[in-house]
Amino acid sequence: MTDQAYNFAYLDEQTKRMIRRAILKGIAVPGYQVPFASREMPMPYGWGTGGVQVTAACLVPEDWLKVIDQGADDTTNAVSIRRFFQRTAGVAVTEATAEATIIQTRHRIPETPLTEGQILVYQVPIPEPLRFLEPRETETRKMHELEEYGLMHVKLYEDIARHGQIATSYAYPVKVEGRYVMDPSPIPKFDNPKLSDNPAIQLFGAGREQRIYALPPWTEAVSLDFDDHPFETSKAPHNCDLCGAKDSYLDEVITDDQGGRMFVCSDTDFCGGRRAAGHAGRLGGDQKSSKTFANSFEGIWPGAEVAR
Amino acid sequence: MITAPADALEGGFSEAPLQSARAFREILEAMARPGTIRRVQGARPPEPLSVAAGVALLVLTDPTTRLHLAGAADCPAVRDWVAFHIGAPLTAAEDADFAVGTWDALQPVTRFRIGQPDYPDRSATLIVEVDRLVNHGPALTGPGIETATWLILPETAAFRANRALFPLGFDTIFTAGDRIAGLPRSTRVEAI
Amino acid sequence: MYVAVKGGERAIDNAHQWLAEERRGDPTVPELTIPQIREQMALAVNRVMAEGSLYDPDLAALAIKQARGDLIEAVFLIRAYRTTLPRLAGSRPVDTGAMAVDRRISATFKDLPGGQVLGPTFDYTHRLLDFTLMAEGEAPQQRNLPDATPADRIPHVTSFLNRDGLIEPVDPSDIAPPDLTREPMELPANRPLRLQALARGDEGFVLSMAYSTQRGYGRTHAFVGELRIGTVAVEVDIPELGFAVEIGEIELTECETVNQFKGSRTEPPQFTRGYGLVMGQSERKAIAMSLVDRALRWQELGEDFTGAPAQDEEFVLMHCDNIQATGFLEHIKLPHYVDFQAELELVRKLRAEAMALQEAAE
Repeated sequence: MTDQAYNFAYLDEQTKRMIRRAILKGIAVPGYQVPFASREMPMPYGWGTGGVQVTAACLVPEDWLKVIDQGADDTTNAVSIRRFFQRTAGVAVTEATAEATIIQTRHRIPETPLTEGQILVYQVPIPEPLRFLEPRETETRKMHELEEYGLMHVKLYEDIARHGQIATSYAYPVKVEGRYVMDPSPIPKFDNPKLSDNPAIQLFGAGREQRIYALPPWTEAVSLDFDDHPFETSKAPHNCDLCGAKDSYLDEVITDDQGGRMFVCSDTDFCGGRRAAGHAGRLGGDQKSSKTFANSFEGIWPGAEVAR
Repeated sequence: MITAPADALEGGFSEAPLQSARAFREILEAMARPGTIRRVQGARPPEPLSVAAGVALLVLTDPTTRLHLAGAADCPAVRDWVAFHIGAPLTAAEDADFAVGTWDALQPVTRFRIGQPDYPDRSATLIVEVDRLVNHGPALTGPGIETATWLILPETAAFRANRALFPLGFDTIFTAGDRIAGLPRSTRVEAI
Repeated sequence: MYVAVKGGERAIDNAHQWLAEERRGDPTVPELTIPQIREQMALAVNRVMAEGSLYDPDLAALAIKQARGDLIEAVFLIRAYRTTLPRLAGSRPVDTGAMAVDRRISATFKDLPGGQVLGPTFDYTHRLLDFTLMAEGEAPQQRNLPDATPADRIPHVTSFLNRDGLIEPVDPSDIAPPDLTREPMELPANRPLRLQALARGDEGFVLSMAYSTQRGYGRTHAFVGELRIGTVAVEVDIPELGFAVEIGEIELTECETVNQFKGSRTEPPQFTRGYGLVMGQSERKAIAMSLVDRALRWQELGEDFTGAPAQDEEFVLMHCDNIQATGFLEHIKLPHYVDFQAELELVRKLRAEAMALQEAAE
């Protein structure tokens, strides 16, 4: 049920119009960061206020909403944001990637390929890919204007000189349609290939930094690299210990204080779906036991469970 | 005391939050997938505006956006309707954030804002009223389009010239009856 | 055996319940009321109103209570509330010359029209804990001076200097100032936007920036020309009536500093100005704001940029908002294990390669 004390999807209509206009300009200039008058939301900056505002501006009552953080539907902040929209928009929620019409995400792109008709909304902390090379907005804006991306290539090249390879493992920058260099939000570079030519609409919201940007469907997003050091994805060299997947991004879970560890899919829906279909990994038998380790926030933070 | 002609009071959204949400999704899909034709509903603007143009105005414009009414759209009935339901300040073409009218009435389209090199988003969105929208005409390629699509267009030269300005340029929403299609500046239009 | 836990919702509910208990504290101690906070914690209420950009003492008091006295959290509650409020009207500029002052002091003239009014200040109190308050002592004695009949208008000190051309003139402007709560911050900013950002900026941040200018990082040689605290009327134009009506009064603190002069052999030197205006009684903030305002005006006044943080508009404006700052700071406690895993794999790989090279060399 929608909480009647709030407008549909929380934001007032004028705010939604302002955000919607910014989204359309973002769609028209893929990869360009459109300034928008981000509002204070009832959750803190850094918790996904940009993503929440974009989602709120896009939601319709018929939507099926999925919210993930670190690939998982049951991480505490994903639960909190999902609840927020259940309460303020009354939308149906789902954990199944294939069933969702809008997916709000922090730090991952789902393993299950997205389709036309879906919108993926990213929560973005620092939208400016050049920010850590040049802290001034007035300067980075000029660099985008002039397509002056030499600084970024110098940084990547210094990596190669020092480490023999590009030492950026997440938030790996991409060039969109040969024009704007864009920060894909802190997704692992494992996910970068999914950014390009994706059938879904990808929207990026940075609340504190007041920016919205977009990748329309079927838009080219090329991870920056060099001819002699081509872009490579990376993941832990293991299979999922639960579902046996060879090709999904893995979380490493420390299981004891003797160096024991296991690797599990970060995408909980993907992993659950595979297990339901009968796939099993090293530790993925169907035997039940009380919980020991959690593929969720509580698992690494016992304090939440201790809360009475 | 607000005084407006009785007609001007009609034809807005009856349930603005939900109707504008649904309509925006159609507009978003239209702009994100240039050439696809979507349907919208909920507005009954005065003549000569189409339902779709009325919906686009209700969804996207408000007192913070400058609106240019072009040609026949610049009539008392439309002005009153805009004043009552939207409150957008009316302005000359050169200053407009949004403009609405037929393709002929909007000429020359080079008048409209194309954004600044450092802020390409500060550009106009043209709501172009057309007689019909069908997927037949010049080929469109670019972001949002998997291989190619086709859309009837009033002309191609102006859109090709606009594309050549990228990342600057205006963005276009075509409206016909309750149908809507998008042509952002990023779309490449086949020369015909 | 491993079973994924789905305890997020329950954990959140439990945490919220626990938080509510902690907020209340020992139930045998009487609960604080909103009027108690509003009346007895007035300076905290003022700070929450100023940084929350919403003048409502009752709501600010409620926010302080709900936030367990964490003022930044209270500011956040107020900001999140105000952002959803409809804009019904814009007020006329308030006239601080017509302020009903509780306090008005000048550090630049010993006496002046309107007089020095000390008002309710900590300035000359001895900072000794007053144990009678702990014993829930009696109400303070009545002031033994009758309230002076307030003057209609108390002229600003800077207007005396202005008359003689001794201070840079500021022409009143009817241009609507930008609204950073409705438009994205655009840099470079103009002075109204800077003042707006500083007025709702974190008191501690603005204080430290101002202090740094006093210690030589962007020195501006400030004198407090005038500091005044009091209430002013807020008026709104009603187009249907054709005149403005007073919708209420708010308390403000205003500080104008008189700063180092500019000029040359040919151009007569003049003092320059710094300005601070804060909702409520917040004089530390108002003084600090006027110093930072002055330091940020280096370009307009033809001064050198010395690299001082307080001169750096982008640095100051992008970092003075404590709600943005605290959110981004605290968000690093949210899970980041996807990114950490990516870094872990990278470091393992780089180490393996480096060690292989080392072995090969040996």
